[in-house]
Amino acid sequence: MTDHDDELLDTGARPKGVWQACLRQPEIGLAILLFVVVVGCWEGAVRLFDIPKIVLPSPSAVGAALWLGLSTDFPHHFAVTFFETLGGFVLGAAGGLILGVLVGQSRLMERTVYPYIVAFQTLPKVAIAPIIVIWFGYGMSSKIVITATIAFFPLLANTIVGLRAAPQDQIELLVAFTASRWQVFRLARLPQALPYIFVGLDVAIVLSVIGAIVGEFVGAQAGLGYLILQKNFNMDMAGVFAILIVLSVMGIGLHLVVNAIQRRVVFWMDSSSDKVMGA
Amino acid sequence: MSNDLITVKGLEKTYRTREGTRIHALSNVDFAVREGEFVTVVGPSGCGKSTLLKILAGILRRSAGIVQMRGQGLEGPSREVGVVFQAPVLLPWRTVLENVMLPVEIQRRDRTRFREEALRYLKMVGLEGFADKYPNELSGGMQQRVGITRALVHDPSLLLMDEPFGALDAMTREMMNLELLRIWTESRKTALLVTHSIPEAVFLADRVIVMSPRPGRISEILEVDLPRPRTLEVINSPAFGRLVSAIRAHFQSLGTLDA
Ligand SMILES: Nc1ncnc2c1ncn2[C@@H]1O[C@H](COP(=O)(O)OP(=O)(O)O)[C@@H](O)[C@H]1O
Ligand SMILES: [Mg+2]
Repeated sequence: MTDHDDELLDTGARPKGVWQACLRQPEIGLAILLFVVVVGCWEGAVRLFDIPKIVLPSPSAVGAALWLGLSTDFPHHFAVTFFETLGGFVLGAAGGLILGVLVGQSRLMERTVYPYIVAFQTLPKVAIAPIIVIWFGYGMSSKIVITATIAFFPLLANTIVGLRAAPQDQIELLVAFTASRWQVFRLARLPQALPYIFVGLDVAIVLSVIGAIVGEFVGAQAGLGYLILQKNFNMDMAGVFAILIVLSVMGIGLHLVVNAIQRRVVFWMDSSSDKVMGA
Repeated sequence: MSNDLITVKGLEKTYRTREGTRIHALSNVDFAVREGEFVTVVGPSGCGKSTLLKILAGILRRSAGIVQMRGQGLEGPSREVGVVFQAPVLLPWRTVLENVMLPVEIQRRDRTRFREEALRYLKMVGLEGFADKYPNELSGGMQQRVGITRALVHDPSLLLMDEPFGALDAMTREMMNLELLRIWTESRKTALLVTHSIPEAVFLADRVIVMSPRPGRISEILEVDLPRPRTLEVINSPAFGRLVSAIRAHFQSLGTLDA
């Protein structure tokens, strides 16, 4: 871009329509440009150096595999993984939320229970996945349980912290107006905790996709994780890449849904000032 | 006396800090507030004004002494009390009207009836048409007016205010003082207001309770016999000046002038 273009942007006079929008938010255009350049280089490199398909498939091969998959068996496996992800997320998040509310009621309870929860959290879930598969079988239920154990902690931790976020004078004011313990919880503590709870939900939904895939890796009869193992075994690299694309679309989609709900529920918070609590 | 709304006798408060030290915040506090009276409490910061107000609001336990409301011991918060803190303390996820209705909701009073009251008070404090706005759409002064409306809505007999205009600029503050007097006159409530501004204490009060620190105690109680209704002109009257300088001289003799 030349200096002359910059002057046009500053006065805001001449650029119109799409072109103007691109100038206002250059990151959109640049992101698309980056994508095109990277994919182009990738395609070019694979063709130029004649890289074997089983090492690195070309973008066009991945695209073809994606198209083929979507019109044959992807939808079925997608549905299985999606159901496991959502089921485990709902189960784990609800469990974390409920336990967080219970534990958050008193410091004594928190100090008694928390060490066990932390011990459970430090346990790598991948390591206990085989046990869960033995207990719950090769079907969807074992994946739902594995996912739930992963989605559980972000909700628990953020709920406990969030329930403590209500400012002291807010609580004192409600008590001065004769509010009961339950009323203080309902009118101040819970709403104050919502921004934290949504941070937990956002972390949990993304981890849930991982949970479902890990579960399928250990042993499954269907699902995108199961399909990745199969295609890997058949050295169908383009197919594996195509599934990875489907998985990330699923993850991003779920993340966006959580964010959209958050903006509606926690409407009084500026999303840019969201508090970020580690998972 | 039979027309005393609040009676405080031999009130003591000692805080225990986490390190185990004790802070003697209130020592042998004695006073009474008559029904319909406007009493202000003035003193330098740290002299126990907020402690006193929180004990009267029933949200802080006293260490010793008697606190009575209409001759009955006051244990815990009362439905007959409305409180205002220094910060407006509005819930950001509730509209102005929903914030004002909090005491009604908490105390399970008749919502339709008190909704009318709420709207009437909002009009009285100049916030007509703001009922459905959210707190972050209001200025600081407007937010505090919502806080005062919230303290009035359930028709309490006693209004407790802890430096309610402390965070406002001088001009808004004068205006709010006038408005407060108007509301008090119209609603015929008993009011106890804490401040560290001597002129504010004198301007509002029937009686001024002067406190001194370490330990917090009442050093004198002054009658303010300025005529009502009061306007800002009162501030320029010799009587007003005499009262203000008397209190100021008192703090100066204690070496604690910061008001
Ligand atoms: N929760 C508390 N714990 C320990 N000390 C406190 C507490 N609250 C107030 N104090 C102390 O009690 C004294 C009176 O405080 P306060 O009532 O807030 O005074 P004021 O409102 O007049 O500024 C101060 O010395 C203060 O440090
Ligand atoms: Mg104070």
